[in-house]
Amino acid sequence: MANDILVLADHLRGQLSDTTLELVGKAKELAGATGGQAVVALLGDPGLAGQIAGADAVLTMDHPALADYTPEAWDRALLHIVNERQPRLVLIGNSTIGMDLGAGLSAGWNAPLVAYTVGLAAEGAEIVATAQVYGGKLLAEVVLSGERGICTVVAGSFPAAAGGGSPAAEAVAPPAGLDDLRTSFLTLVEPDSGDVDITAAEILVSVGRGIGSQDNLDDVQELADALGAPLSASRPVTDAGWLPKTRQVGKSGLKVKPKVYLTFGISGAPEHLEGMRDAELIIACNTDANAPIFDVAHYGTTLDLFDLVPAMTETLG
Amino acid sequence: MRIVVPIKQTPDLVEELDLNDDGTDVDREFLKFVLSEWDDQAVEEALLVKEASGGEVVVVGFGDPDVELSLYTAVAKGADRAVNLTGLGDGWIPSHTRAAALAQWLVGQEVDLVLAGVQAVDDLDGQLPPLLAATLGWPHVGVVIGVEGKDDAIQVSQEFGGGRAARLEVRLPAVIGVQAARQPPRYASITRIRQAQQAGGIEEAAVSGAGADAGITVRRLFEPEKTGHAEMLSGSPEDVAGRILDLIRSKGVLK
Repeated sequence: MANDILVLADHLRGQLSDTTLELVGKAKELAGATGGQAVVALLGDPGLAGQIAGADAVLTMDHPALADYTPEAWDRALLHIVNERQPRLVLIGNSTIGMDLGAGLSAGWNAPLVAYTVGLAAEGAEIVATAQVYGGKLLAEVVLSGERGICTVVAGSFPAAAGGGSPAAEAVAPPAGLDDLRTSFLTLVEPDSGDVDITAAEILVSVGRGIGSQDNLDDVQELADALGAPLSASRPVTDAGWLPKTRQVGKSGLKVKPKVYLTFGISGAPEHLEGMRDAELIIACNTDANAPIFDVAHYGTTLDLFDLVPAMTETLG
Repeated sequence: MRIVVPIKQTPDLVEELDLNDDGTDVDREFLKFVLSEWDDQAVEEALLVKEASGGEVVVVGFGDPDVELSLYTAVAKGADRAVNLTGLGDGWIPSHTRAAALAQWLVGQEVDLVLAGVQAVDDLDGQLPPLLAATLGWPHVGVVIGVEGKDDAIQVSQEFGGGRAARLEVRLPAVIGVQAARQPPRYASITRIRQAQQAGGIEEAAVSGAGADAGITVRRLFEPEKTGHAEMLSGSPEDVAGRILDLIRSKGVLK
């Protein structure tokens, strides 16, 4: 049991995240090295167990407090399972759920944590993780001390588990702590569906922090209109309220895969790249030649967007 | 309601990040440090909660480089008290150490709510808010985009991918990890910041953070291997505009 790799299933409203199956794939590989099993912990929604292919075992826990996600309930449930099973390593997706639970488990279970993990290997008895730091500008190769550890893993870091049937689910009794919680779920607010669906667009014109102010959006809007493209944005622009949240591309926004993705003033933080790196043709305009956006873009220019945008609009006109 | 906002300074990512001699940390000597952007959001959200429900905002630094400026800036924006925790050293300070030090200082303080940035660019060993919450035994919610205070509880919006958000109610005391404030962080004029600096009044408190080992060892830091790089287009704006439009046309998406 102390050699098992435990994966926390990440799901919301009956939908299992892609990352969960990516972690199962990695867990299976690591379990081969540690001589343990790839075990998935599924909190709430036991019906999802059938979708977890490729694992050696699935542990389900059902309780009214786990039905709608709250960090406090999931925190207690996960700690209970981990204390009971004592796995070698716990893998959690770096989603909202992973950001909530990873570090809390590190304190509660007294195990080291590596956050923003993008690579994982067993080297003899040691687990070595590679993780993003400084906005993805650097990677850190990190050794987890001791005989237990936790990694929160960035989406898309590993291929999904390939095939394999879904193992029989084993129910774990919920801990008493789930009956005495200080956090309650009220409601889930869906995004405003009245706006354009940027995930359906063939071409997107996307703006980032480099746009500087809301007034400067007018020029880019004019170009987008001429191209027949909706405007999308990276997080700083929607946080500032310059464009609605429905236009946000990235980990915390929408994932898009248009034929053409044209960016202005986007540096390419990991948050943003996670939502657009699969676009067929990426063309980036950013004055910083070292901006990470140029590592995923097919074509780039360091021209000032305030020179390039009007020139493009004029050429089209 | 008394709100504590822990703030940290992180390297300004606009600058080049050089490594130290053994390659296990960034070379901190010539780096410019700025307020972590999520902590800036947490300060703003704390001030919004205070304005709506009354109370007091206490900003707490960890002795990071140039943290005094960030503390005074928070005071200029409306924070009531500024505290700098000292004794944590000059190098990279793990979140585990920060959480232990802050928990140590919080003992004996009257606090209802801790609002902290949900993450930072150097929290390799995990995020501060859940570590602090687990240490204190308080409930915690992260990735929060709005906090509304009530008497002994708060309502928060927690963000999920795709623009969905859950509304949760949390009994106080609690720790909240702020992703974004309800409005962009306010501006503090240089004059107001200078006034705060001249008035002084940052309280110092010695802490140890002892016994909070992150349990990880950084073997090396390195630049990610570039799997590809954009073909760079140069020339006049008109030339580049023409080439980009040709590329777009080649995908057949221009009517």
